[in-house]
Amino acid sequence: MERFDAIVVGAGPAGSAAALTLARKGFSTLLVERGRAPGVKGMFGGRVYAWPLADLLPDWAKDCPVERSVVRENLAFLTENASLTVSLDSPKLAQGRGTSFTALRAKFDAWLAKKAQDAGAMLVTGIRVDDLWREGGRVKGVSVAPNDHVAAELVVIAEGAAPTLMRKAGLRADLEPREVSVGIKETVELPPEAIQDRFGLGEKEGAAFVYAGYASMGLRGGGFLYTNKASVSLGLVVSSEDLSRKKIEVQDLQTKFRMHPAVQRLLRGGKVVEYSAHLVPELGAGMMPQLSTDGVLVAGDAAGFLINNGYTFRGVDLAMASGIAAGEAAEAARASGGMTKANLAVYEKFLRARNVLTDLERFRRAPLYMKNERLFDVYPRMLMEIAERMYTVDGSGKERLFDVVLDEASAAKVPKLKMLLDLLQGARSM
Amino acid sequence: MRVIVCIKQVPRAQELQVDPVTQTLKRVGVPSEINPPDANALEMALRLKDHLAAEVIVLSMGPTSFDESLERAVAMGADRSILLTDRILGGSDTVPTAYALSETIQKIGGYDLLLCGEETTDASTGHVGPGIAGHLDLPQITYTSEIRIEDGKVRARRTAEDGTEWWETTMPCLCTVNFGCNKPREPTLTGKIRVERGGVVTHWSCADVGIDPKKVGLFNSPTIVAKVDTVRLPARAGRIFSGEPEETVRKLLDALIADRVIVP
Repeated sequence: MERFDAIVVGAGPAGSAAALTLARKGFSTLLVERGRAPGVKGMFGGRVYAWPLADLLPDWAKDCPVERSVVRENLAFLTENASLTVSLDSPKLAQGRGTSFTALRAKFDAWLAKKAQDAGAMLVTGIRVDDLWREGGRVKGVSVAPNDHVAAELVVIAEGAAPTLMRKAGLRADLEPREVSVGIKETVELPPEAIQDRFGLGEKEGAAFVYAGYASMGLRGGGFLYTNKASVSLGLVVSSEDLSRKKIEVQDLQTKFRMHPAVQRLLRGGKVVEYSAHLVPELGAGMMPQLSTDGVLVAGDAAGFLINNGYTFRGVDLAMASGIAAGEAAEAARASGGMTKANLAVYEKFLRARNVLTDLERFRRAPLYMKNERLFDVYPRMLMEIAERMYTVDGSGKERLFDVVLDEASAAKVPKLKMLLDLLQGARSM
Repeated sequence: MRVIVCIKQVPRAQELQVDPVTQTLKRVGVPSEINPPDANALEMALRLKDHLAAEVIVLSMGPTSFDESLERAVAMGADRSILLTDRILGGSDTVPTAYALSETIQKIGGYDLLLCGEETTDASTGHVGPGIAGHLDLPQITYTSEIRIEDGKVRARRTAEDGTEWWETTMPCLCTVNFGCNKPREPTLTGKIRVERGGVVTHWSCADVGIDPKKVGLFNSPTIVAKVDTVRLPARAGRIFSGEPEETVRKLLDALIADRVIVP
């Protein structure tokens, strides 16, 4: 029987960060990936907040497959045919630990997994682990087939959003529609010069867009756009509950989003070369699964480590940070005598030290707030009407801004008190 | 019991490309696989291992790029692999290949059963298996689809033109295995870990084995490929029959009869 100190399931950002940390701390580590290579099964919007890399690999910028460093943040509200964009252009965005970059998973995940291998972890691809191997009720490793077990003191579950092992481990029930959104992404090929011209970027600079309002056609969710070197990642994250309730096909939604004049303008002449869809956990800290048990730790999407507060969309950074924390927890548990449930509970402390749990808790109201449908329908339209009236001079008499706001607020047919509450709730949750 | 399975690495069937200039198969930069009938032979050996605790050694001859397939064979469950690899073997046709492999098998020694695929998908000669049996003066059963080891003897079902035959012979012996007679298993996690740990493929040169350089290579290969033609498929008629199933089938049959494709 093959034997390791630790087995990490899933060579995504969480799994590779965990394997790298474990290997460095002297654990014999096996990293198992179901795709034929790391990253081929992975999907994300397209941006990585780099701060955990600074801890994991201080020299990461030397060879990390960065597409473009994000130097411009945009928040765009869409109605059917108009858009209102707030744009932040600041050199601070691409500096120090606060830097973020766009990436392609096939390259980024392969790079990070290679770093784990360099640190001594063994990577095996093309194997789907779909059960834990137990003996006497205790987790003893992983099981791929009746005669194919591999033993380990610790299993780190970093399998992503679909909870196969999580369910087998009894760490969570199957996903409910309200707990997941559907992420959909198209990669649109464009020459680098066209991207630089259209978005006003330098050769290595990138832009990020978050779209609210009509992007998801009133459904709860939003859109995103990230510029890569020679392509643009364009996609939506939409409530799966709403999709099924309103009987809307997510690909129709995506096509309409791509054809919106404000989006189309940026993608003109581009070719859709890749299409992918994935589950996005929307658990919020309140619904988080159990993060550790006897011989098991959970990291990344599998643990629901995702923050969507309406203007930033974080997953990869939390995944990597939780992977590091898992390695640290394993080291601490080993020092306390073994991978027992009691010893591994220290994982939470390490997650807090990296602000993973803290950030999740801080924004735990955001998923609920983001479920407020007025946010995706009534308010963006209202905002647009106000802006249109502000900037329209046609000799028909000009009102004061305050009156316009009041007028539009009345026209929106939402009680003023409710609107005020939405505003307060929004401010608190963000 | 020791089983030796001879395999070849070939360009993946779906990706086969013929070089328009040289009219030979493109082998560089094309994804490879274990020659599919050899994978069936390997699966047959692994099933014997499952039931009889046989030792399975996989043998191939070719460039070191063949390690990919030899490692896969170990990941599927073989005990170890041997690659006979030497520049002077380059250009060998089936005659020197059968000679070189039989010498290598003798060096391995201690074998009870040799298994080969019925033929390769890249050349389709089917010479090498019987050639090895000839060199080693072993009994052989060709085109087998099932093997049983009973009372120290091999009983094998052989596919003949007009049916199947059951043959029995003593061991050691050689069997060639029908393409598609079983479903080759996928590599296991344990097997892949063994491969990652290293040392599962041994490389031997001609000198290691004691192969006579004057009997191998391009100049000692009697086969001459004089000409290769690309078969052009005739255009299809493109007729589509539709309607109720029975009526549609009737129409199709009538058309096939009218075109003399089938005789009623």
